[in-house]
Amino acid sequence: MNARQRKVLYRILPYAVLTLIGVCFLLPLLWVLVASVDTNAMQTLKWPHRLTGMNYQEVMTSGENQRAFLVGLLMSAGQAFLVVVLALLAAYPLSRYQLKYKKPFMLTILFMTSLPITAVMVPVYQLFLTLHLYDNIFGVILFYVASAMPYGIWMLKNFMDSVPTDLEEAAWVDGASVFAGMRKVVAPLMVPGICTVAIFTFSGSWGNFFVPYILLQTPENFPASLKLYQFFGLHGMVDYGSLAAFSVLYAVPSIILYILSQRFMSKGFGLQGGTKG
Amino acid sequence: MSSLTVQPAYKRNKTYTWLFYLLPSIAIMLVFFIYPILLTFFYSFTNLALTGEAARELKFVGFDNYTRMFEDSTVTVSIWNTLVFLIGSAVIGQQVLGFLIALLMKHKRRFFRRVIGTVVLAGWVTPEIVCALCLYSFFSDSGTLNSIIGAFGISPIAWLFTVPMLTIILANIWHGTAFSMLVFQAALDDVPSDIEEAAVVDGASRWQILIRITLPYIKQTITTNMMLVTLQTLGVFGLIYAMTGGGPGTKTTTLPIFMYNQAFINYQLGYGTAISLLLLLMGIVLSLFYIRSMRD
Repeated sequence: MNARQRKVLYRILPYAVLTLIGVCFLLPLLWVLVASVDTNAMQTLKWPHRLTGMNYQEVMTSGENQRAFLVGLLMSAGQAFLVVVLALLAAYPLSRYQLKYKKPFMLTILFMTSLPITAVMVPVYQLFLTLHLYDNIFGVILFYVASAMPYGIWMLKNFMDSVPTDLEEAAWVDGASVFAGMRKVVAPLMVPGICTVAIFTFSGSWGNFFVPYILLQTPENFPASLKLYQFFGLHGMVDYGSLAAFSVLYAVPSIILYILSQRFMSKGFGLQGGTKG
Repeated sequence: MSSLTVQPAYKRNKTYTWLFYLLPSIAIMLVFFIYPILLTFFYSFTNLALTGEAARELKFVGFDNYTRMFEDSTVTVSIWNTLVFLIGSAVIGQQVLGFLIALLMKHKRRFFRRVIGTVVLAGWVTPEIVCALCLYSFFSDSGTLNSIIGAFGISPIAWLFTVPMLTIILANIWHGTAFSMLVFQAALDDVPSDIEEAAVVDGASRWQILIRITLPYIKQTITTNMMLVTLQTLGVFGLIYAMTGGGPGTKTTTLPIFMYNQAFINYQLGYGTAISLLLLLMGIVLSLFYIRSMRD
């Protein structure tokens, strides 16, 4: 191999390797997309028998499925809202006041962001039985809020640090209280940060399977993730078309939210701590 | 300037308003996060169970759950499986593949970067259960992979039965690589190009630049990312549970799956908690390392 051939090879090789990786990542995904519009979907990726919207129609018109999506939406939106409000309140003194134990507190928070939630689910289950929160949608929301709280506080505190204090002080001169200054001056300046936290907590719980699987029992309370799991248990993986359509519909909110989050993440993707999927 | 003339409101009234702001979040974390962690330690020394006599009367059993763990051969198997899964899918798979993609994508055509980036990201954005479904049908007997090798005249292989661990490792790589890719893309963009250019002038090969300049420069990112990815992988349940259910036999039973089986299938909550303590301790150690790496 002479020098020129080597140079050409070096130029082409990365494209070839990346294309191969891309194809490997694409194939499983392509199956779910194609199967969802195929009248006669199979387990393998193949050219659709005939294109149809029937699978989607079937999934969307089912009352049970609509309910599961609404429950999932309620859980995730409820969690995101509560996390943002509570974390904003907590972030304020952590960002503005000089507190004695601030540093150890923030380190504890950072530590908690990375703990695997899976490891505490058995005691949480027992706790929910004693508190009579088992099989209760709002109980699940409370647990979701608690588990996302460290991430929310960590992120919002850091975002708040970058909002200058001069603006609040100007508001105080005009007679605003601390709380009003925070609500009307600081929070509006943190909209990108608030959206980032809301989106990440929302999609975290929207995609979560383990927590509702442990804490819920009645099928009426199941969010979309559990319904999907139940779906492929019940139909014995036969009705691939509807299964794929359900999967696509269930994945859509996560995808939209990810695209939205890109608009708020101006600083690119650095390691900011506690980026729990 | 203004801070000199205006007494900040929180200094004017020397009350504990900060406590009022912090209290709701601390309360909810105490009840639903920290208390369960403490309960993990507590329950692991009890005979807590869902049914039978133990369900009515909670008793301390000392280290019984732990001695039982050491005698239980499935524990050894699931610790081993967890390590294989962690190293295969997180430490090697996601890290190396993520880095490779980020490195190869550097200075490539914008359109090409976009397409490959989007495809890899799609696996990350897709919810866990949908990933499990996509990869399950990809590896299933009449799935896409067997169709592909069939086109080359190779007879179908029952991937989920013959190499179940490999399938869940690949599934987790598919689901998680984008995270490492994004992290390394950001890190590689921060490597000053003049250092690399100087090395090229001095006659360094691509390989030398990578080993001697690029990798040492992003060492910090590698450590932090390794910690985070490992922590995320440690708690993976749904992906494995929906794809193989921990089977066949105990071939893909990782600690979370084993914990679930003991606590909710065999109704041995105390024993299940002892197993989850193992998981928790691994998480705590890794988290401490993670914080250290963030502080430096």
